[in-house]
Amino acid sequence: MTFVELEDGTKPTSAALMRQVVSHLTENRTRLREEWARRIGEAQLLTAMTREEIFAEATLIYDSYVDAIATRTLETLEAYAQDLSERTVPRGVETHEVLGMVLLLRDVLARSLFAKYQSDSELLDRVLDAYEPAANAIAITVAAGFVRERERVIREQQEAIRELSTPVLRVRERLLILPIIGAIDPLRARQLTEQLLRGIRAHRAKVVVIDITGVAAIDASVANHLVLTVEAARLLGARVIVTGLSPEIAQTLVKIGVDLRKMSTVGDLEGGIEEAEHLLGYTVVPTAKPAPA
Amino acid sequence: MQVPILKQGPYLIATVQSALTDADMMQLRDALVAQVGQHRARGVIIDVTALDVMDSFAAGTLQDVAHMARLRGAETVIVGIQPDVAFAMVHMGLTLEGVATSLDLEAGLAHLDLSTGVSSHR
Amino acid sequence: MKSAEVAEEARVTVESDRDIVAARMRGRVMATELGFSSAVATLVATAISELARNILLYARRGEIVLASVERGDRRGLKVVARDDGPGIADVAQAMQDGFSTAGRLGLGLPGVRRLMDEFEVRSSPDVGTTVTVKKWNS
Repeated sequence: MTFVELEDGTKPTSAALMRQVVSHLTENRTRLREEWARRIGEAQLLTAMTREEIFAEATLIYDSYVDAIATRTLETLEAYAQDLSERTVPRGVETHEVLGMVLLLRDVLARSLFAKYQSDSELLDRVLDAYEPAANAIAITVAAGFVRERERVIREQQEAIRELSTPVLRVRERLLILPIIGAIDPLRARQLTEQLLRGIRAHRAKVVVIDITGVAAIDASVANHLVLTVEAARLLGARVIVTGLSPEIAQTLVKIGVDLRKMSTVGDLEGGIEEAEHLLGYTVVPTAKPAPA
Repeated sequence: MQVPILKQGPYLIATVQSALTDADMMQLRDALVAQVGQHRARGVIIDVTALDVMDSFAAGTLQDVAHMARLRGAETVIVGIQPDVAFAMVHMGLTLEGVATSLDLEAGLAHLDLSTGVSSHR
Repeated sequence: MKSAEVAEEARVTVESDRDIVAARMRGRVMATELGFSSAVATLVATAISELARNILLYARRGEIVLASVERGDRRGLKVVARDDGPGIADVAQAMQDGFSTAGRLGLGLPGVRRLMDEFEVRSSPDVGTTVTVKKWNS
């Protein structure tokens, strides 16, 4: 990626101007970096980080920034933005802090250019014309990289939550339990079915107990989906026992006319597991002491 | 593509090895029903692990096999229906009602031993 | 662009039961190329199988046209099943579960509608039947 604005061949002096800007930024590196770190502290950005960390980060950004202007490419900066995001997203740094920080740097540098060229307003104009698009492209690159990383992390977390919320548990050989907790929307219902069907094959399960005690209510489409899941499990060769139906869910099932012969239901999970063990040919014998593990 | 049918003890085992045309399905049905009589088989296992689609014609034909075999004294088990295939079948309303299903060949044999009261392991 | 890799359109003439298998295999390949999960690709392949069989049963000959489609940033697969057979006399009746004039289960069209996201059937005795269905990648 290159700045189109900087490669404008019709203004042969633009490249020369940028070289001037770069040498100015390189010469004043220490002063501008300190100035910037101070402004970050004043604006109460990056509060999750220590003063030393902020200064170290500011140094890295400053150098990548100058590199982006000098080489007219964003590659180093993109790599840096990616790295910065990976380090700061898990620490709870917010998008506005990262964007605010980069905009502050833009302002700090712009002010120093003002100070340097204020005696020649025409030259100042041209310097700013060359500098501003570059500075904006840099701000966008860093912010976009940060947002992208945040979105990736959020997606990963959502996926993890979804998987956690529908665990397929193998209780004993050939017996799976699927405890469902929380609201079921059509997307989750479909994932749940896929997970269960694959679980049945992977564990060679013969009986599955789906416990919906933790589900308050379902709409007709999810209820229908539940019935489809029971039927699909049977096609694979597994029996499904549904436990923990709330009165509301029972009403929904009756209202949509579910053929209840196709679905075994047992009041609670404990009863469901007993029924499952019965189907598997186990008998549960009460013992005086717990059986050895 | 013809489906090989093996005789194992009192059972017939048909293993589908690739996608089947309607004609292949009908040929399988006729062959199984004929062989149930010839061998006086007590059970039929149709292994459909290799099928990546089971549409209404295939499901209907398998159901026909089960009914015809039952009239001739044999119980039928369909084994190996893949999760994706089962998911699509139930959307279509194809639930193979009245036909036994098992996870795989081993589970199918165990099912037949239990339901017919004979053993295939002799 | 990724879309350039996807075959834009595929056409399968349906005139024997072998073509049913060919049409649904082609459909699965296209669905997979579009990034559909294997579960969804199986739904699509099953729908194509039903549509192709309907052509064979009722019109003896016709075609299945598969095309990738886009709407906003979603991509989908469109399946058009076309024949110039006798047409469906009563479309509403044909859409009821259990209705069939050629014997068998008669789950064909209502089943296809449940497998896909969009479904449209046009039929008249003079021009035959066209069923258009779509599945979107979610």
